Amino acid sequence: MSQHVLSLLVENKPGILTRVAALFARRGYNIESLAVGTTEVDGLSRVTVVVSLDGQPLEQVTKQLNKLINVLKIVELESDASVARDHMLIKVKTDVTTRSQVLEAVTLFRARVIDVVSDAVVIEVTGDSAKCQAFIKVLEPFGIKELVQSGAIAISRGSKSMSEKVLR
Amino acid sequence: MPTETLTGAQGIIRSLELLGVTDIFGLPGGAILPTYDPLMDSKIIRHILVRHEQGAGHAAEGYAAASGRLGVCIATSGPGATNLVTAIMDAQMDSVPMLAITGQVNSHAIGTDAFQEADIVGITMPITKHSFLVTRSEDIPGIMAAAYELATTGRPGPVLVDVPKDVQNGKFEFSWPPKTDIAGYKPVTVPHGKQIQAAAELILSSEKPMLYVGGGVIRAGASPELARLQELINAPVTTTLMARGAFPDSHPAHLGMPGMHGTVPAVTGLQKADLLITLGARFDDRVTGDVKSFAPGAKVIHVDIDPAEIGKVRHADVPIVGDAKVVIGMLITELTKQMAGKKPDYSSWWEYVNGLKERYPLGYTEEEDGKLAPQYVIERIGAISGPEAIFAAGVGQHQMWSAQFIKYERPNSWLNSGGAGTMGYSVPAAMGAKVAQPDRVVWAIDGDGCFQMTNQELATCTINNIPIKVAIINNSSLGMVRQWQTLFYDKRYSNTDLHTGTDTQMVPDFVKLAEAYGCLAIRVEREEDVDAAIKLALETNDRPVVIDFIVGRDAMVWPMVAAGVSNDAVQYARDARPVWEGDE
Repeated sequence: MSQHVLSLLVENKPGILTRVAALFARRGYNIESLAVGTTEVDGLSRVTVVVSLDGQPLEQVTKQLNKLINVLKIVELESDASVARDHMLIKVKTDVTTRSQVLEAVTLFRARVIDVVSDAVVIEVTGDSAKCQAFIKVLEPFGIKELVQSGAIAISRGSKSMSEKVLR
Repeated sequence: MPTETLTGAQGIIRSLELLGVTDIFGLPGGAILPTYDPLMDSKIIRHILVRHEQGAGHAAEGYAAASGRLGVCIATSGPGATNLVTAIMDAQMDSVPMLAITGQVNSHAIGTDAFQEADIVGITMPITKHSFLVTRSEDIPGIMAAAYELATTGRPGPVLVDVPKDVQNGKFEFSWPPKTDIAGYKPVTVPHGKQIQAAAELILSSEKPMLYVGGGVIRAGASPELARLQELINAPVTTTLMARGAFPDSHPAHLGMPGMHGTVPAVTGLQKADLLITLGARFDDRVTGDVKSFAPGAKVIHVDIDPAEIGKVRHADVPIVGDAKVVIGMLITELTKQMAGKKPDYSSWWEYVNGLKERYPLGYTEEEDGKLAPQYVIERIGAISGPEAIFAAGVGQHQMWSAQFIKYERPNSWLNSGGAGTMGYSVPAAMGAKVAQPDRVVWAIDGDGCFQMTNQELATCTINNIPIKVAIINNSSLGMVRQWQTLFYDKRYSNTDLHTGTDTQMVPDFVKLAEAYGCLAIRVEREEDVDAAIKLALETNDRPVVIDFIVGRDAMVWPMVAAGVSNDAVQYARDARPVWEGDE
């Protein structure tokens, strides 16, 4: 099983997310995470897909994606030439005795507390997926009541832009 | 640019006219009513009213496959649109250029489960090359032009345009040509020169090459180039089910069809080859059998216009993305240069291949029950009608026999449902082919099972003066399924008896049915009557003809490679493996 981060520049047309997701489903590719949003260019969106492949070559995935008319460009963002971040919101049980320990973990992980009530805090953390997983491990003993996370978003290092060559 | 105020509906019809569309197959209903109104006034477009939307879809496919032009079908929302789905899927599998226009409920009603509402764009997403939901009347010309371009260029395929009723009724300023917006679509037609050079080198260094020709050669209109390439290098040729007619069957270098029911020379030739020159073919499982043991000693040159086909099933040593016509042309130039007047010597390969041809020709035996041999009937239809005719088959045994025993000499003369295997394809496809090519004889060679799925289009043929000929190869059963039950299920014939033979209940009686549809109907049960019936059919052009050929039900399609088995295990006839003495 190998994991790859693919970044897709797509036209922001109705149904585009369905087209991308359905292609993964019908060709038997596993999506680990998916994040979609608008970009610096009007009318273009960016889809970041983390895909794990079991025997299938990545080339087949990108070729099939390229056949979707609304997909303009696909790049694989390799870990050494790009940065990827997950975003996570975690609601942790706290009381008078545990709160300070939780806050200490928050500081260590450079996370932030964004809501506090007497018996819980909501923490926001951003980082690569290893950091986020480590943070969860640290918080687990206190009792995680709720956890939501975005799919990974990723961007290449350096000054080049993915949309440069696509726009004529 | 001068403009004119039109309704969306008028815009659809005007766009089609300006795109060169002259024939449409369809059936109206509530949500497409606005478009049927200006259609009535069109002096350019002939609309053929079908009896079922699936018939419109296959007719559009047959039209496209016989002529190379875009096939167009039109239906209303909901069930009208979903009835097109099978034909759309069929067109996707066989890369048929097709435009499907569907009415949709009013924009404000979309998503409310309105009467006859179906999310046809969603339903057809996995089976179209692309689909559009039109949201503004003024987008119609641009979308119609984009749909045309998508369907007919690159790897052709079906495109669906779904138009809500209010968008058809809305007014806008029409101008032509419109701006199309398909930035993400850039098919590569011209290959890299380096790859052509590498391919030529590989061909000239090979000792046992095979030209493995697929339907892409027909879609690209590359038969003349293929003939020149073959003449230049003199390699043996095999044409897949989708490519029958791409290379003349009468040519001595033609080994016939490969695959599950391919000829022994073609199947074995591929197994023993050291190079597959793959042109517009996709290593379908019906060709390769067990992929791991397919053509084990062969390097592969893979030419396809769809990059996703290359390397999908079999690794390509020389991948070439491009249009077959362009690629083969460039390959001929490069080979001529590299050969410098000296032809490659494949003589010992030819000796082997010719030995296979001699020992294992296609054949069949008489029926033990004394009934007509279906292969004989089909062979006679082909021989008497000649290579200028068009043959559209259904799916099953009769399809395989039609691929085997009719001699195809030109592209676009053989139409069938290859990838999808859609029973019911042949009658409507033949109807579409006859509309596209009115001067040609068009046969639907159908099975008794297939025929009962779409025979209502005989009404369309009779009413609209589309005199197709239908040969029902009537073995009173779902013959191919029955063959598998004979071979793999201990002759337990679960639900394959159709009771249409003369010694059964005969429900329906195909002769009476055909007569009710206004056709000339003939029943043939004896060999001596076969030719006369075919000749009468060929002479009758004032109405469709249906011949009910009562054939033996135990006839089987041979040769055969069982599903998922290595092609080395091809059986020439039941329990008869070819002998490979001294082959290795």
